[in-house]
Amino acid sequence: MGGMAAPQVAPVETPDTDEVPVTDRAWVTIVWDDPVNLMSYVTWVFQKLFGYSHEKAEKLMLDVHHKGKAVVSSGARERMEHDASRLHAYGLWATVERA
Amino acid sequence: MSTFRRQGEHCVATFAADEVRVLRKVASEVVGLLTDGFDHSDPVVGRLFPDTYPEDPEESAEFRRYTEGDLKTGKIDQAGAVLAALPPATGGEVRLDGEAAEAWLRALNDARLAMGVRLDISADTDLGDELDDAVLHDPTSTRVFQLSVYAYLGYLQESLLRALIVDH
Repeated sequence: MGGMAAPQVAPVETPDTDEVPVTDRAWVTIVWDDPVNLMSYVTWVFQKLFGYSHEKAEKLMLDVHHKGKAVVSSGARERMEHDASRLHAYGLWATVERA
Repeated sequence: MSTFRRQGEHCVATFAADEVRVLRKVASEVVGLLTDGFDHSDPVVGRLFPDTYPEDPEESAEFRRYTEGDLKTGKIDQAGAVLAALPPATGGEVRLDGEAAEAWLRALNDARLAMGVRLDISADTDLGDELDDAVLHDPTSTRVFQLSVYAYLGYLQESLLRALIVDH
């Protein structure tokens, strides 16, 4: 901001990006591979909790299975903690970290 | 082994007496683990209530303080949903609406997670081989029984999930 003088117009709003602290934008929820959870169940949980299509949910499940983990959601820290809690309720192994 | 099938809005299965007994035992054990037997040093509790910030024990503990109570209550309730829907010990029908079916799916999953930790199930475990080895070693062992129950619960969970999402 700044650099453009317009003295007759008072600034009414600053863009959201300046208001939101960096810590509220840069977090992810990660689901880790697990030898017990059924692949079909994990896919269903991703659809159920995040509203993902079957294709997207299945791709995420396969990422978890083959790569050992996958980012399943990203955004504000509080939202990621909420997502991790919901995943724990379904028995998935979820953690939260900075993106 | 019983299989869930879809009947209108319900998922339905007919259980034999030994299946009712096993499911009652397994669900009761989960409730026990979450109530009187609750112990953070138990690896099963560690798996059912994972650290949200594995790199930061203090943050994990803080998060746990706020969320663990609700999570625990939810898990007790879903195991309770299994117990509540089971037929008498002689066997019979289980009829689950959508909400109950989802509670059953989560409860069966919790029970499998708990057994998976106790049985030391890993990514390399082939359940069939594992069971064959255990039978050869001692067909009457607890491990043979536990592995059979674990396999049965997986089969049941898969069949319930299929019945639930059949029209999606």
